[in-house]
Amino acid sequence: MIATEAKVTAAVAAEHGLTADEYSRILKILGRDPSITELGIFSVMWSEHCSYKSSKVHLKRLPTRGAQVLQGPGENAGVVDIGDGLCAVFKIESHNHPSFVEAFQGAATGVGGILRDIFTMGARPIAVLDSLRFGSIAPGKDAGNATAEEIARNRRLVDGVVRGIGFYGNCFGVPTVGGEVVFEPCYSNNPLVNALALGIAKRDELFFAKARGAGNPVIYAGAKTGRDGIHGASLLASAEFSEESQQKRPNVQVGDPFMEKLLLEACLEAMRTGAVVAIQDMGAAGLTSSSSEMASRGGMGIEIELARVPQRETGMTPYEMMLSESQERMLLVAERGREAEVFRVFTKWGLDAVEIGRVTDDGMLRILHHGKITAEIPAHAIAEEGPVYQRPLAPPATRGEDSRRIEFASSGVDLTNNFKKLLASPTIASKQWIIGQYDHQVRTNTRVNPGAGDAAVLRLKESRRGLALSTDGNGRWCWLNPRLGAMHAVAEAARNVACSGARPAAATNCLNFGNPEKPEVMWQFSEAIDGIAEACKVLGVPITGGNVSFYNETLGKPIYPTPVLGVLGILDDAANALGLAFRNKGDAIVLLDGADDAASARSLETLSREFSSSEYAKTIHGIVAGAPPDIDLAAEKRLQDCLVALAADRAVESAHDLSDGGLAVAIAESAFGSEDFTARIALDSFAPAEYALFGESGARAIVTAKVTSLARVMEIAAKYSVGARRIGEVARGDLRIEINGVVYASAAVSALREIWATALEKALQAS
Amino acid sequence: MKFGVVVFPGSNCDDDAHYAIGGVLHQPVEFLWHRTEDLGGCDAIILPGGFAYGDYLRTGALARFSPVMKSVEKFARRGGLVLGICNGFQILCEAGLLPGALIRNTGLRFLCQQVHVRVESVRTPFTLAASRGQILKMPIAHIGGSYFCDESTLADLERHDQIIFRYTTPDGRDDAAGNPNGSLANIAGLCNRERNVMGLMPHPERAVETALGSADGLVIFRSMVESLVQRIAVPA
Repeated sequence: MIATEAKVTAAVAAEHGLTADEYSRILKILGRDPSITELGIFSVMWSEHCSYKSSKVHLKRLPTRGAQVLQGPGENAGVVDIGDGLCAVFKIESHNHPSFVEAFQGAATGVGGILRDIFTMGARPIAVLDSLRFGSIAPGKDAGNATAEEIARNRRLVDGVVRGIGFYGNCFGVPTVGGEVVFEPCYSNNPLVNALALGIAKRDELFFAKARGAGNPVIYAGAKTGRDGIHGASLLASAEFSEESQQKRPNVQVGDPFMEKLLLEACLEAMRTGAVVAIQDMGAAGLTSSSSEMASRGGMGIEIELARVPQRETGMTPYEMMLSESQERMLLVAERGREAEVFRVFTKWGLDAVEIGRVTDDGMLRILHHGKITAEIPAHAIAEEGPVYQRPLAPPATRGEDSRRIEFASSGVDLTNNFKKLLASPTIASKQWIIGQYDHQVRTNTRVNPGAGDAAVLRLKESRRGLALSTDGNGRWCWLNPRLGAMHAVAEAARNVACSGARPAAATNCLNFGNPEKPEVMWQFSEAIDGIAEACKVLGVPITGGNVSFYNETLGKPIYPTPVLGVLGILDDAANALGLAFRNKGDAIVLLDGADDAASARSLETLSREFSSSEYAKTIHGIVAGAPPDIDLAAEKRLQDCLVALAADRAVESAHDLSDGGLAVAIAESAFGSEDFTARIALDSFAPAEYALFGESGARAIVTAKVTSLARVMEIAAKYSVGARRIGEVARGDLRIEINGVVYASAAVSALREIWATALEKALQAS
Repeated sequence: MKFGVVVFPGSNCDDDAHYAIGGVLHQPVEFLWHRTEDLGGCDAIILPGGFAYGDYLRTGALARFSPVMKSVEKFARRGGLVLGICNGFQILCEAGLLPGALIRNTGLRFLCQQVHVRVESVRTPFTLAASRGQILKMPIAHIGGSYFCDESTLADLERHDQIIFRYTTPDGRDDAAGNPNGSLANIAGLCNRERNVMGLMPHPERAVETALGSADGLVIFRSMVESLVQRIAVPA
């Protein structure tokens, strides 16, 4: 007998974000009208956020297998075999909408959520990276037409998000070791907060979220359930924003990193007892998703008595309890007869752990409240039989794109001032002000600190090996050409990892897009998937998981399509990790080019088209146009293999890829990273000086080598068919770049460093 | 000789301290759970960094009432070596084992960065292997590490040579630029009058391997080992 609290009608279903078709599907599955609790369950589980209904058909095209992949998409996180009996568990997830509505808590719980996904698998989290995107924080050519009010709000968002991430990670005790911070006007009303977490576990001690054994107890552990976060997944994450969005603040969860730290230790300790059969965190859609997914994956049913759920508020209805997204909660299945061992551990850590139900063999998710059935649905139907849409795709008729093209400055015109402006642009400027607010060293494994290398590198105390991680995305390029832009995102993340000396092994992706019901957005998504798939295949980095975040629009204006890739690499010896800083005076600076200077073969028009999409064009001229650079994935692969070989051979002192701001910015960053070294660069170029200095075509990196190692560097580069040109040397004094014998940029390195080091803080604190 | 690292709920540098002693210095070390009053025969106790009990009330305010702290207090009063790092320093101040208090950093932001401190006194079991005036590079990671005490306490600290570390510039100058958090008199670490209890905000356990940026923190643990060896050889 189903207790009905309120009569459910098609209209009520519509208020829950369910379409008429979806509602009739529910009626068909149940063979009757749903109770309000059942409707709530369907509405969250079939929401875009939980069901992937618009993305599923496309995600299938991603490569997900590889010799080292132990677990691909479909579990709480991906798992990669890293050798020595160890595995890396990692995943990236978005928390965009909550962070806009309530920056501090939104970002904090984003970190908390991804950490739980990692330790749910039995892995101890060892690092977090955050990929952040905000609207403009300073007026200027690249700020679009942002109002002063908008700029002020964006600054507050940066502050809140950074504090939130720091609050959670610092207290939990996981180092925040990297990520990116990017500023573009399109993120003004829809910042992106993507958090990646990495953990390690022994290969034979992994845990999975598959309920097994009819009669086994289902145990609720961790924080009590409250009314916070109800409909977080369905209403916050699966709908566009309007002017009323601030009213959704009550839908944002509140984080308690102390509780999470206790939960981590208790879960890992409980797992070691051997009494835990399955475990899943209560993230989006809380109790509903954890119970139905564990049951569905194991081909079992689960019965829960809600009256036993620890509650921090009185009078909560079954609907509220099933939909609550209160943080720091876990659902476990234990072995019948050994539950006391589990309870003992949670009691030791001062946490609630209560048997709230049992595994059944009838495949049903049955929810009781004081003995009365309030929901009874086949678990598989909730978790796996949601709607799947092949939504219409259409390339945008007009991209609203800037038809202007950058006009190259005349030959001989000094570019030092533009160089300085570029170094001061918030996207390029030093992120030290942010990094310094994150504990990036706790657990004492951080071998390459944030900003000190192209990728964060962690040594492992259990093995000689090291792990490298980088997150990258380029929304502007994806907007201009989603397929090409997405390929660049994969290539850059993998290149960064290779620059640190690690072999790229696997990837995770966070796909941030607009409203999937719009054919142009769906086209962008489909194109980006194809780009990611192709690049991942060629570069040998299968996708092991991630998430899709749609509806990143406010007032009908979507963000740039922004796939963010997190690539994990493995160093056979962590001692070979490379940073980006120059290390010795007199070292040779070598430009590696997988495509061996293809620019020389291209027309001025092609170069201008490409250069119009660069950070330089945006910052200096306010132009966002043209197309991203062409990509040669085979050349990328050659370059990355070469970088890994150079590091393993200890032939080079530093490595840094060329990306935002091109060669000039890469050289400057390597100088800034060192005590007081600089560089003297002289190169020949067929392309205009601006392009040679600031062009962003891929498959390139600069490495430095002792002069005595130069021959070895050239030999290794030749072996991988990578172009290698000695373009200068590490020096002291002024940083100077000359092209075809003419000096285009020259300034005291201390002056340049000052601009770069202080720009972000200045922009944020200006009033 | 044995070290004990106390584990409060919310301690998060306990593993790091354990690793520095056991994994790097190869000295015997064990964890001591906050619910125990039994210090397991340890000869030196480390209160590690972290956020004991969440630090939601006031840093260290709850930790001082834990069963293990009763024993640590007794142990300290009897002359046992107690080192408090970061949150451990805050707890020692709350417990009254060290004078003064640690308040919010002047910028009101969490700071994680390398700092330089100067060894002001080698007349402690924690610095006897260092040389006076030696500059140590170690990281800090805290939001509430600004040391504060009243004038007469400060005068006492100076008079009795209890200020053990002062923030400084890399070249050893007393300069506001070297003081990251606004600590009074650039104080980064101090000991009690009896010199057997020391607290400091920088993390020596994060500075024990050059590969991770600095091994300058080792001198503190080496001093403790040396001092314990002396004590065991010649019982006081």
